[in-house]
Amino acid sequence: MLPRIAPFNRTGFARTVPELGLLLLAILVLLEGSVLPLGAASTPETNTHGEANRSGAVEGHSNHTKKAFPVLSFNYESVKLPFEISLWVLLAFLMKLGFHLVPRLSGIVPESCLLIVVGLLVGGLIRLAREEVPPVLNSKLFFYCLLPPIILDAGYFLPIRPFMENLGTILMFAVVGTLWNAFFVGGLLFAICLIPQTPVLNIGLLPCLLFGSIISAVDPVAVLAVFEEIHINELLHILVFGESLLNDAVTVVLYHLFEEFALVGSVTVLDGFLGIISFLIVALGGVLFGAIFGFLAAFTSRFTSHIRVIEPLFVFVYSYMAYLAAEMFHLSGIMALIACGAVMRPYVEANISHKSHTTIKYFLKMWSSVSETLIFIFLGVATVEGPHEWNWVFVTATVILCLVSRVIGVVGLTFVINKFRIVKLTTKDQFIIAYGGLRGAIAFSLGFLLDEHHFKMRNIFLTAIITVVFFTVFVQGMTIKPLVELLAVKKKQEAKRSINEEIHTQFLDHLLTGIEDICGHYGHHHWKDKLNRFNKKYVKGFLIVGERSKEPQLIAFYHKMEMKQAIQMVESGGGSKLASAMPSTVSMQNIQPKNQAAPLKPKERALPQLSKGREEEIRKILRTNLQRTRQRLHSYNRHTLVGDPEEEGIKDLILKKQMRIELDRKIKEMANHLTVPARTQDSPTMRRARLASDPQSFTVKPSADGVPVIQVDLASPQSPDSVNLFDETGQPAQNDDQGLMMKTKSSESDKRSEKDDLRDQQKLMRCLSDPGPAAEEDEDEPFLP
Amino acid sequence: MGTLLSAQAPQEYSHLSKKTGFSLEQIEVLHKRFKQLSQDEDVLRKEHFNGIPDLACNPISAQITEAFFDQRNFCNNVAGKVDEISFEEFLLVLSHFRPPSQHLKEEDRENVRKEKLRFLFNMHDTDNDGTITLEEYRHVVEELLSHSGALGKETAKGIADAAMLEVASISVGQMRPDEFYEGITFEHFLKLLAGFEIESRMNIRFSKNTFTMCK
Repeated sequence: MLPRIAPFNRTGFARTVPELGLLLLAILVLLEGSVLPLGAASTPETNTHGEANRSGAVEGHSNHTKKAFPVLSFNYESVKLPFEISLWVLLAFLMKLGFHLVPRLSGIVPESCLLIVVGLLVGGLIRLAREEVPPVLNSKLFFYCLLPPIILDAGYFLPIRPFMENLGTILMFAVVGTLWNAFFVGGLLFAICLIPQTPVLNIGLLPCLLFGSIISAVDPVAVLAVFEEIHINELLHILVFGESLLNDAVTVVLYHLFEEFALVGSVTVLDGFLGIISFLIVALGGVLFGAIFGFLAAFTSRFTSHIRVIEPLFVFVYSYMAYLAAEMFHLSGIMALIACGAVMRPYVEANISHKSHTTIKYFLKMWSSVSETLIFIFLGVATVEGPHEWNWVFVTATVILCLVSRVIGVVGLTFVINKFRIVKLTTKDQFIIAYGGLRGAIAFSLGFLLDEHHFKMRNIFLTAIITVVFFTVFVQGMTIKPLVELLAVKKKQEAKRSINEEIHTQFLDHLLTGIEDICGHYGHHHWKDKLNRFNKKYVKGFLIVGERSKEPQLIAFYHKMEMKQAIQMVESGGGSKLASAMPSTVSMQNIQPKNQAAPLKPKERALPQLSKGREEEIRKILRTNLQRTRQRLHSYNRHTLVGDPEEEGIKDLILKKQMRIELDRKIKEMANHLTVPARTQDSPTMRRARLASDPQSFTVKPSADGVPVIQVDLASPQSPDSVNLFDETGQPAQNDDQGLMMKTKSSESDKRSEKDDLRDQQKLMRCLSDPGPAAEEDEDEPFLP
Repeated sequence: MGTLLSAQAPQEYSHLSKKTGFSLEQIEVLHKRFKQLSQDEDVLRKEHFNGIPDLACNPISAQITEAFFDQRNFCNNVAGKVDEISFEEFLLVLSHFRPPSQHLKEEDRENVRKEKLRFLFNMHDTDNDGTITLEEYRHVVEELLSHSGALGKETAKGIADAAMLEVASISVGQMRPDEFYEGITFEHFLKLLAGFEIESRMNIRFSKNTFTMCK
């Protein structure tokens, strides 16, 4: 492709691949824009064609006239709907691809803006073709198809700990903040409409309040889209994001309340009181529904050990049913979804297989990604379509009032909240929270839902809503990143949770609970501890299968860490650095106490110490030979999914486990042939040889420094489990020892040992590619026995 | 402090308030609690701690109790253990859990961090030699997992070993195979938990109204 274009592109617009990609995308967009109206235009043709056929057939039947058999016919009508849907989804995907191919652009402009622009383009193209723009942002489509995946993704991967710790603050912002926004904006707009100078805007108080309630809610989709790219610290992220999720209940209640009463025309105190009760029911009911479905899902996952394939389905279907059930009763569907995902996650994850876990993660990220892209594109298209009624006063007033009310609301609430918080919110924090209050597609869809007949000012509302959405997404979305840099707001720490931090987190939890008990203060830690104990005692046993239910969190964390380390080691290729990315030659023997206080027989003293040290290193080696296993990261950032190319790791997991068990057993009977090891670096030739000789790209990392190497040779003609033991002179020792043995190398035999290494590594690979006796074994058993 | 504590209360409290940083209401509430725990005596003993029901369910209850009787936590440089503590010492230990005030300079914040981490360090370093050895660390992990039954022992060792390895790697880096890593010193401990934000996590809300527990 490139040589063809090169002749007339010396200065090179399409010189590089990314720009070429962009060119391709632009062509595709044009194509897309032209196909859709073509599709719409062709329908009358096919209809008549169909009719002609039918009448022809009837006549043919009576006259038996022979017509030419239609070799190739064009029937767009029957595939219209699925075809158009697929075309839109394809467009969304290609857009996403395109933006990532041109990194410069996506660095400056957040993706959401670009997508809206694309939507505008497509809408414009369709308009130009003088066809009717399909009403794509159909509210039903939005609320039932596009929104749930995003919310489920958010809820499933919600970081529970920071969320719960800040729950009070989040609720304050969500409930009180949204109420304040709604009344402030609605009230002041009404006041503005009353001013005689404004062009005639006969909008009553209640419709104004309705409009206020629509426009006041911070939108989770927009917040997610923008905040994902700026990586601010966890506290701010969870505050804004949590607020955007929980304010749905308020929005639902206010919307229905004002919609009902706008028709009637007046509100009494009783109605206000009922509204408050309604709010409680909506919020708590939504959460309750979600929790029920979550428990059902967890319970069902307990029995799926024989049909692993459908496990992800349970997660999705139960969550969606929770959403729909809540919507049925006019409860808050978003809160139901969040509750469902958050409740079921710990139990389901303990029950399902690795593959299912990966599937769920990938599907959720994929669907939510597509949804978000489509939402923004549709927002662009719907903007072009209209219907619009521009009213300068109303629109500008709305924009300004939204900003002002947000700032006042945040500042005022923070003042109150800081009295109750231990970690106070600083001014910088407040600014980011206020600035991050983005509006989005939910507001637009709610506006769209308004009945045209009852609300004659619907078009004005829609125009104003779109303007506010555009303003927040474009202006605030684009500038928030430089502002974050400018204000030096604390960024998200790339938290590599070390085992020490985990130990101390647990320790601190217990310590603080204990201190609270001593002080006689039933504080937040006390209740959390009680809940954990209740959970462990009753709930886990009921919902989690097998002995996983008794696994304490520290141990579970340790297993996860080991897997992560193993993967990191494998992925770092032939490097001999430890996972901590710090060159360290520290190994077990460095920390083992040399003089045991306990009286041990001298012979015994030597062996247990060394073997424990070696044991640790053997475990590390086995782990390095472990292929791509899954890691259970918790990630609520769509772009942090780790690539997981190998799907065959499970067999290796099983094999490794078996080998480990074998090895553990046999180490005890080992003879004292061990010397201080000093392993050499992996040479490039060896690495290439290894990779070349095996179709599955194994990376058998030799080891870290100072770690002995096991040569397991199952393919040798000698006894099945023996290895050739090389001592320092490099000659094979006698093979009368049964069982696996340790092979050590000293630095003197470097050059000779490289060739031997090569041969032995190949043997190792061959043995690892053999699935071993029980490949069908359930892969769910804990990593360490 | 005498039996007529209520009469002496104001001066005593203000003296304590200056020393520990608690407010006067907080000291009064805590004093009530002290009285309740010690059954109206002037000193607290270990048996009094054992009488707290919720504390018994705590896996590290023994270490917490020990920490109250450890002289290193009394903000002086004396080491050793005592058998009974007075109200002032009770407050001194609890003052480690006070949240830092909002407008602190960076170095004050650093001092607060160091103080809290020192408390934790003292809890781990039971033989008071200034380092946390492997054995002590293993003990810590074992205690944490002590409520999880048989699963605990072996894995606790493994976890403690891995943790120790990590500390050594972070603090010392390159070690020859025959060198020996003595234990975690306080500097290493600080380095280890550098990202832990302990000044915002290790806090208890000493509010004005505490629920008093009846026994």
